[in-house]
Amino acid sequence: MSEHFDAIVVGAGPAGNTAAYTMAKAGLKVLQIERGEYSGSKNVQGAILYSDALERIIPDFREDAPLERHVIEQRMWVLDDESYVGGTYRSADFSKPPYNRYTIIRSQFDRWFSQKVRAAGALVVCETTVLDLHMDGNQVVGVRTDRENGSVYADIVVLADGVNSLLARKAGFHGELKPRDVALAVKEIHFLPEQTIEERFNVKGTEGVVIEMAGKITQGMVGTGFLYTNKESVTIGVGCLLSDFKSRGIAPYALLEQMKAHPAIKPLLAGGEMKEYTAHLIPEGGYNAIPPIYGDGWLMVGDAGMFVNAVHREGSNLAMTTGRVAAETVIALKAQGKPMIARNLAAYRKALDESFVMKDLKKYKDIPDIMDKHRQFFTAYPRLVSEAAHTMLTVDGIDKKTKERAIRKKFTLARSAFGLFADAFRLWRAFE
Amino acid sequence: MHIVVCIKQVPDSAQIRVHPVTNTIMRQGVPAIVNPYDLYALEEALRLKDRYRGRITALCMGPPQAEAALRKALAFGADEAILLTDRAFAGADTLATSYALSAAIRQIHQGLPVDLVFAGKQTIDGDTAQVGPGIATRLDMQLLTYVSKIVSLDLAAREVVVHRRSEGGVQVLKTSLPALITVLEGINEMRFASLTDMFRAERHRLTTWNKDDAHIEDATKIGLKGSPTAVSKVFAPTATNRRAEIIETQSGQPVDLAATLVAKLFSQRPEVALAMKPSSTHDSRGSA
Repeated sequence: MSEHFDAIVVGAGPAGNTAAYTMAKAGLKVLQIERGEYSGSKNVQGAILYSDALERIIPDFREDAPLERHVIEQRMWVLDDESYVGGTYRSADFSKPPYNRYTIIRSQFDRWFSQKVRAAGALVVCETTVLDLHMDGNQVVGVRTDRENGSVYADIVVLADGVNSLLARKAGFHGELKPRDVALAVKEIHFLPEQTIEERFNVKGTEGVVIEMAGKITQGMVGTGFLYTNKESVTIGVGCLLSDFKSRGIAPYALLEQMKAHPAIKPLLAGGEMKEYTAHLIPEGGYNAIPPIYGDGWLMVGDAGMFVNAVHREGSNLAMTTGRVAAETVIALKAQGKPMIARNLAAYRKALDESFVMKDLKKYKDIPDIMDKHRQFFTAYPRLVSEAAHTMLTVDGIDKKTKERAIRKKFTLARSAFGLFADAFRLWRAFE
Repeated sequence: MHIVVCIKQVPDSAQIRVHPVTNTIMRQGVPAIVNPYDLYALEEALRLKDRYRGRITALCMGPPQAEAALRKALAFGADEAILLTDRAFAGADTLATSYALSAAIRQIHQGLPVDLVFAGKQTIDGDTAQVGPGIATRLDMQLLTYVSKIVSLDLAAREVVVHRRSEGGVQVLKTSLPALITVLEGINEMRFASLTDMFRAERHRLTTWNKDDAHIEDATKIGLKGSPTAVSKVFAPTATNRRAEIIETQSGQPVDLAATLVAKLFSQRPEVALAMKPSSTHDSRGSA
């Protein structure tokens, strides 16, 4: 087989689907290869869909995409062993269409997306694994799959094969993933009747709630937890740095079990029936961990390129955006009749640098390092904040000034005045 | 030689859940797969094609999404794929389904005479094993069910010899064509399609037939109208909480273990013990 395509996209997640869709729509001859039984069969995410990134390529996606609930309320919880301190933002404005964020179930959503890719004219082949890249010198010229007559060629290969891109590593485009740069997340989907969800979370219709959590639930490891409401189920999960799981010897499922038993979380899941358990690696190394994302005859998009904003829990929108920008780069070069070599493909990186993708990742580039080195953000502070709230809210005849003094003393004892100042400074610098 | 292979798209029964409140089967979000038994039927047809040449037409009745099942059949090597889809078919039981499929096969036969029809022994969602025999009866074809091996096919003499699993053994049967064969699991191992085949399957223009294309003569015999089966109730059996018990004896000798077990059973069911007692005289047929 020596069929030649304009572009081959490896992988059918949000990044690969967006790239394939955009290129096929522009009239390019596109082949997409997915290793799972169908797009979405192996894809795992929380999952929140940010409308904006999808709207840019499929403006009317709301008409037929399988969406669960639109998010009208976000809660942020910092948990101690038995309590949590938190903030909530809820707005009726979020219930005015077009909605900004949705909870989705990826196996259904990705299938829908894949239909769109097919309808746009791309040839989509599933249950096929790409084993190697075909090279002509430094130029990637095609891929070799695990099927008979399995080689196929193209002007450009878009690597959308997810976190831990084995292809890129095999080809030497980047090194082994560092356990410090990836989080291991586990999640469960618990079935709950629609009515129960509406009552429990104070929502109606397709309204939904998102709870993001940090604190003692991660047992001192760098990570966060989450709880999302779907139509007839609730998704709960927790993710921490792989290096932390390794050094602490904590089993991810045990961590999730403990989190589910928290007195603030347990009642939210009560009566539910577990439907699904999944685990996934999330590239959270941030800006400094981004590998080379283009070269002669290849581009890298989505998780493969470490495009995840761990601070804001954004990933799929970065995947879609990098997929789209990569596709637009290829379309433009094709139109100009320019070869797909690194010098020309550098336009991809340049366009990303000018977009929110790189700007956001750059803004938070020091966060992974700070969180990794300064564990107090996951240990001492949740406890201190919780104790402070407890002290202030307990009415026991002690005057408020004395209480404030006691709280201050606790903070300085735990971190010292200088430590507190340094922590504040670190965060200010990192978030500035 | 022309073989029609009937395939059905079914929900992956390993992933089906029962709605905890309404007790109905939750199909939403459950991945659809090709009925696994039908894949054995397809592979067996492909093997005959490898040996004797000819054409294979995959036939599927179902909603438009069932296209995926036919594409899979095409990737493995089917030459043609026909999706029988019409709202009028909805709600069909095995009687109405076999009526519709036999009408379609008659229509396929008009185009190119059909020598063999293959089907899986049953589907994993209905488990009835009725549609294959239903088609054979309506088309007046020889019927061979639970076939574990196709021994020989003589196209000149128009004869086929098969092994058929039956209670307590294997029947060796010879019959004349055209015949309908339903195959057992494990009769073969599915091939792995080449990349060329995958491309061909993806690009193939499927033939879609509605009830008129299939020349359905009597519209009261298809869909819900043509289905006398009434599902009165679907429920999940409640989980029992019986514990297994491990019997141990000091000696660990099988004879002691058996004696302990028997004593235990008798103590739980004294009536059985009483009925068994006369058995030592050898003339009782008392049974437990």
